Amino acid sequence: MRFMMIVIPKGYESAAPDAVPSAEAVAKMMEYNKALKKAGVLLALDGLFPPSTGARVSYTDGKPTVTDGPFAEAKEVIGGYWIIQVRSREEAIEWARRAPMSNNEVIEVRQIHEMSDFPEDVQKAAEGFEHRNVVA
Amino acid sequence: MWKIESTRLIAAIARVTHDIGIAEELAQDALVTALEVWPEEGIPDNPGAWLMTAAKRRAIDSLRRGRMLVQKHEEIARELEWQQQRLGDALEHSLDQVIDDDVLRLIFTACHPVLAVEGRIALTLRLIGGLTTAEIARAFLVPEKTLGQRISRAKKTLAEAHVPFETPSGDELRSRVEAVLMVVYLIFNEGYTATSGDEWMRAALAEEALRLGRMLGQLLPGESEVYALVALMELQASRSAARRGKNGEAVLLPDQDRSLWDYAQIKRGMTALEQAQSLGGGAKPYALQAAIAACHMRARTAEETDWERIVLLYDALLQINPSPIVALNRAVAVGMAQGPAAGLDALDAAATLAGDSLAGYHLFPSVRGDLLMKMGRLEEAREEIQRAIAMTKNLREQELLANRLKQLEKATRSV
Repeated sequence: MRFMMIVIPKGYESAAPDAVPSAEAVAKMMEYNKALKKAGVLLALDGLFPPSTGARVSYTDGKPTVTDGPFAEAKEVIGGYWIIQVRSREEAIEWARRAPMSNNEVIEVRQIHEMSDFPEDVQKAAEGFEHRNVVA
Repeated sequence: MWKIESTRLIAAIARVTHDIGIAEELAQDALVTALEVWPEEGIPDNPGAWLMTAAKRRAIDSLRRGRMLVQKHEEIARELEWQQQRLGDALEHSLDQVIDDDVLRLIFTACHPVLAVEGRIALTLRLIGGLTTAEIARAFLVPEKTLGQRISRAKKTLAEAHVPFETPSGDELRSRVEAVLMVVYLIFNEGYTATSGDEWMRAALAEEALRLGRMLGQLLPGESEVYALVALMELQASRSAARRGKNGEAVLLPDQDRSLWDYAQIKRGMTALEQAQSLGGGAKPYALQAAIAACHMRARTAEETDWERIVLLYDALLQINPSPIVALNRAVAVGMAQGPAAGLDALDAAATLAGDSLAGYHLFPSVRGDLLMKMGRLEEAREEIQRAIAMTKNLREQELLANRLKQLEKATRSV
């Protein structure tokens, strides 16, 4: 099963557009990434530019409105993610526990939908759906 | 916790006990201790090192008490104590390297040619995959007791044959790497192609094989075929969601809905294939098979498939692996690239190559029937398909063939 470990770094909601992590933090992160790779669990990872360089497209009555970042109302923003393939939720959480994060930072662990995660009767019941909606 | 640490733990202990069965027991003991101690004292900062220390302490204890049936107890105990000191040292990096080597040794030992193939598979899943005996039994549809016996027999064989706990070198390395890759690919195929058994467990097996492959890529960075096998598995697994229709029926590659393929996985497969090729291994067996799969995955529609290139790749594969199955697949490709008449010639050549060895193999008449049908020789085509139906016991295959027969009869009537 696949999990996304979503990184929510402290203060990233108001970080400058050119903010970059320190060399020390990057070195620690590389070591962690290497451990994920060596265990054969790492599928993908990416880091995101700060929200001040991003935009939000919000929909009201089906009409999109574009707001440029930073987003004053946002308290927690995503800084990056890993996608890992592991055997259980516990294993995913254990990996998240080992990430080199700083004080007050958060990693949210979320499972990625997969057809094979459902028992057979549920898969049968889901047959009415278009497959592509269910299979990520 | 257990899943993350068990392989490294067992590997590090096995290096000193020279017995993977004992190493596994000690590792499990250490985990049981951890489950007792941690809830009270809290989880240590470095749980892996904590477990390693606990397991080695137990190893020393049992050696001292003479419980182990190994020679030179004192020497081993000293080695363990020395390692224990190193654990406390600042040698984090070199220790990491030492454990990597131990894990590699463990993999080579579990896949040792002295073991029966089913024993290698069970042992690999148990020791490196960290699956429970019950899970492996469920995956292979055998009683748990049988599987347990299979594992203990394998451990006993290793001990009796005095298989050294080591990474082979020189000429031996190549063949031993091949043996390991074969085990990984068998595990993958058990998960990916088996038509019976528990769906969830089968998906887990395919995932486990991919994980083993990626691990090996890190441990043996110079071996191109490791990456090639990872590529082959990723590319095949990327089609999983498209392989079954609404009622569970098999959907063959040309008829698959390509929007259901997992393109992130295809990209991982392509990257692994490029790695294999850049290491100079493009002409080796797994790399060629992965390259053939890549030709299919690159085509946005079945019609766009580069069959000429696939024929060339099969030619190369046939040279290093002249098997009738490869020749049969090549004939299909020739039929697509150069027309059914050329395909039929290639197929007959493949049948000659096979001799009697594949006399009962339903794919020969099935492919022959297809080619004849395309050539408009409908009566002969019908006979071949009927022959194929009689040869296969697999219900899904029979279903597919029966559908083909129906199409054929419709075509015959409309002539």
